[in-house]
Amino acid sequence: MLLIRCPYCEEERPELEFRNAGEAHVVRSADIAAESDEDFEKFFFIRANPKGITFERWRHVHGCARFFNAVRDTVSDKFFMTYKAGEPKPDLAKIMKSVPAAAPAASDDATEDKPKKPAARRAAAKKGDA
Amino acid sequence: MAATHRIAGQGRLTPAKTLRFTFDGQQMSGIAGDTLASALLANGIHLVGRSFKYHRPRGILSAGAEEPNALVGIERDATRKTPNVRATVQELYDGLNATSQNRWPSLSFDVGAVNNLLSPMFSAGFYYKTFMWPKTAWKNVYEPKIRAAAGLGVAPDQPDSDHYSARYAHCDVLVLGGGAAGIAAALAAAETGACVILADEQAEFGGALRFETGATVDGTDGWSWAQASVAKLAAMDNVRLLARTTAFGYYAQNLIGLAERVTDHLANPDRDLPRERLWQVRARRVVLATGAIERHMVFADNDRPGVMLASAARTYLNHYGVAVGKNIGVYTANDSAYAAAIDLKKAGVDIAAIVDLRDNPAGDLVEEARALGIEINHGRAVIRTGGRLRVSSMTIQPKNGGGERTIPVDALLMSAGWTPSVHLFSQSRGKVAFDEETRRFLPGTYAQDCVSVGACNGTDGLSASVEEAYAAGAKAAKDAGAKAARGTKPKVEASESWSRGMLGAGPGAGPETTVKAFIDFQNDVTAKDIRQAVREGMHSIEHVKRFTTNGMATDQGKTSNMHGLAIAAETLDKPIPQVGLTTFRAPYTPVTFGAIVNHGRGALFDPTRRTAMHGWAEAHGAVFEDVGQWKRAWYFPKAGEDMHAAVNRECVTVRKTAGLFDASTLGKIEVVGPDAAKFMELLYTNPWQKLEPGRCRYGIMLREDGFIYDDGVVGRLAEDRFHVTTTTGGAARVMNHMEDYLQTEFPHLNVWLTSISEQWAVIAVQGPNSRKIIEPLVEGIDLSDAAMPHMSVREGKICGVPTRLFRMSFTGERGFEVNVPADYGQAVWEALWAEGQKHDACAYGTETMHVLRAEKGYIIVGQDTDGTVTCNDAGLDWAVGKKKTDFVGIRGMTRPDLVAKGRKQLVGLKTRDPNVVLEEGAQIVADPKQPIPMKMIGHVTSSYWSDNCGRSIALALVAGGRDLMGQTLYVPMPDRVIEVEVSGTVFFDEKGERLNG
Repeated sequence: MLLIRCPYCEEERPELEFRNAGEAHVVRSADIAAESDEDFEKFFFIRANPKGITFERWRHVHGCARFFNAVRDTVSDKFFMTYKAGEPKPDLAKIMKSVPAAAPAASDDATEDKPKKPAARRAAAKKGDA
Repeated sequence: MAATHRIAGQGRLTPAKTLRFTFDGQQMSGIAGDTLASALLANGIHLVGRSFKYHRPRGILSAGAEEPNALVGIERDATRKTPNVRATVQELYDGLNATSQNRWPSLSFDVGAVNNLLSPMFSAGFYYKTFMWPKTAWKNVYEPKIRAAAGLGVAPDQPDSDHYSARYAHCDVLVLGGGAAGIAAALAAAETGACVILADEQAEFGGALRFETGATVDGTDGWSWAQASVAKLAAMDNVRLLARTTAFGYYAQNLIGLAERVTDHLANPDRDLPRERLWQVRARRVVLATGAIERHMVFADNDRPGVMLASAARTYLNHYGVAVGKNIGVYTANDSAYAAAIDLKKAGVDIAAIVDLRDNPAGDLVEEARALGIEINHGRAVIRTGGRLRVSSMTIQPKNGGGERTIPVDALLMSAGWTPSVHLFSQSRGKVAFDEETRRFLPGTYAQDCVSVGACNGTDGLSASVEEAYAAGAKAAKDAGAKAARGTKPKVEASESWSRGMLGAGPGAGPETTVKAFIDFQNDVTAKDIRQAVREGMHSIEHVKRFTTNGMATDQGKTSNMHGLAIAAETLDKPIPQVGLTTFRAPYTPVTFGAIVNHGRGALFDPTRRTAMHGWAEAHGAVFEDVGQWKRAWYFPKAGEDMHAAVNRECVTVRKTAGLFDASTLGKIEVVGPDAAKFMELLYTNPWQKLEPGRCRYGIMLREDGFIYDDGVVGRLAEDRFHVTTTTGGAARVMNHMEDYLQTEFPHLNVWLTSISEQWAVIAVQGPNSRKIIEPLVEGIDLSDAAMPHMSVREGKICGVPTRLFRMSFTGERGFEVNVPADYGQAVWEALWAEGQKHDACAYGTETMHVLRAEKGYIIVGQDTDGTVTCNDAGLDWAVGKKKTDFVGIRGMTRPDLVAKGRKQLVGLKTRDPNVVLEEGAQIVADPKQPIPMKMIGHVTSSYWSDNCGRSIALALVAGGRDLMGQTLYVPMPDRVIEVEVSGTVFFDEKGERLNG
């Protein structure tokens, strides 16, 4: 069971108190009714689903009930930070610098000859390009 | 039976404390402190089970948790039977009743052993290829037969009458493994004052000191030092000792799952005690001191009863005082087996010979064995064993071939070396690394705040292990925030040391042979199977594992994984690290379902929610149905009535006079604030700004994708206050949905949301006489049609308590919903019931509620909609505010597919034969004569007998349904085809005149 820091309660609480609420920083258009099919598709259906660092929403549903955002590595399940809803998306490069342990965890497939490229960094590069 | 193999003066048990037990019905005796295995061995019994696939006779291999063979069933009574108990772990108690498994009719004569002769059929992967034809035979013949013949114990057939408990704990330092290293680490950590938990799977702490006679610490023998140290730890307030406790899982952020066996060792456990206690421990630092497990040698027929691990024989002798044979052979590739031979020889047991695969074994142990007159055959191998139900001989040969020699033995001890137990380390997501020199996997890269010490870390020898562990324990405490303390490090004066061994198959079991040289005893996997798997294309160890099932039994390959890997690597001609190690997963050893399920069974599996009026309904004979966690009154049968009769009566009574219905389970949310109306505009399709306070509106909530999510009547109590109702099942998710938008998309709106579902009990009073029933009890509200028309809400008092009184109808009749604080729910219900009696009103349940609303074509979200239905599909376009520029779902509902022609639309269905009631969920076709598979154009969503209509009625979703009014469609059923006519959705009082009737 993960420990998750609620940025409103300002303490780590067990995962059982929380519920994941999907990808963060997906912005609903202020004029959504006029949105094109393509834009609505991107907004509603398309998700990054990265292997590595992900920005996601959580709700402290059995606690303060607030929604907040988190930066998590989907490979190691490590949380790098959590922050309040509405705060700007953190700079990934800064996070990586402050957390040198952002290394990939063991995968099920231990049979590869070469060590894997860290998934986190791969994801970071991709985000940086975008 | 007499304990023929107990040696007086050996071991640590007290002979005076005898215990009786039975094995397969045979009475035997043991001594307090025995395991079932040591007691059986004391009685000269090695044969304890039959193997999984070939039904080969099997004995006791080990003296610990790694045991693959000696699995038995333990039965206390009919409700307390446990299959697959490792005899090497089960402590003996007086009256213990054990039975062997996987044999018929008896252990010594087992019909299933014919599988051994048929073994060519059961080679690796046989499951996937032998029984492929004919196709149906797999399901009907092969699988049931194979499953019946293969297998382990029999699952209990009655609910477990034991109970299980759970504890959560936090500590600074959690030490897993209570051998010498674990004890040393715990001592060091505890001396700093840190909060320490030390857990070990055995009844007593001490680990390998149980058999290591060569250890001396702090001036005493190793075992005594361990007991004294544990006594010292037990006296400290900051230390918790957990014996009989297995750390089975290492989870995220240093959360460890521990299973403590509380009563399995007791003859007559207090029934108030839990059988097991599940611990979930969150530790700042974890010290892994999990030791190492000895490997067997891989050679032909290495599985006969009497063939066992050298350290196990040594444990049985030095701890339990039991000799595993009277004339014992030893086959080894390392030094530690010599110690076993020496201890046994000194205890007066004959050692037939030591067979050592190494060419020139040397060292103190070898010299000592030689000095004791033990025959040592170096550079030689045991190439097969003789015997049937017990090993009777070993045949040896120079390792590169040559003359064979058969030596009679009644037990054969093996040691191929020691495998560090990196299971928990690996579960923590640490990466193991292969050490080329010692050919073993050791902890490499750590992923969590833990440290490995002693044998599991590849540290050889007691002295080095204790040194390392003590330092690690002190550091763990410091890292966890404790202050440094001056402790007294244990001083190891004499130490035994591990030595290198071998991996893979020995001589006589090489690729050129077809012998059964077992790697995995529990799943009957041989060296040959591994090679065959590689030959057939399994080049990853993960594939080899699944194809052969090596390491997939309940012992999870504790003795077999490294051998299997080595043989695969050899066959592939690749170095071991390139073939890789399979992933270690929790649990380390099997955990009972009882411990995991714990209190969460029966009534405690899930909360039961009851309304304020539940007691009244119960007293009045209601039959209840489960709606989510709620118990809802389904119908109220009178004497002699079945459900059908009761529902018919209730339906007619409501329309004739009136009925009372408990609607408390509906979700209720109060939306309050200056921007409440703006918020409602955004969350519901309807317009709300102009709804006057005191009026109600039927609201529809969409998801962003444009599909109907929930519905309910909303009353505006004041400019800034809405009383929102939701479906019963939707209450929690609608609240979540609203909070989500309020907190993250529309945080600028000044609104508060409060769940009030539990605060208000709701009594629906419906029917032409409903006003007459409530009128005498209501104060301060004008109930006339002019003052309080349909779809309005007033606040006042009823029976002297506050009420939010809604005039609304889910039946099509004049109706009210009386909301009162939940505490008054039953009292107000009883008062209304008394009034209702004067008008011959009835109480009605959810079934009648469903029928009445279907007669009126009112939908139930989740029954007539399924998450893919739009407002238009449901005929509810009128509820969408046409002038609105934004609400959740406004864009989704104009997606091309959602406005396309031919969508399924909600319509009514009338069967040609009015007496036929359709089945809900039945499929609808246009042409019943078309070939199968037919084109299905829709399905029935709601269907009932309606006494009020004098016929059956149904709602259905049908493609382009509204264009098919009056047309005939067909509902094919297994026994007939039912003709139906498409109709409107309102079956009763189409004009809606009765709302004010």
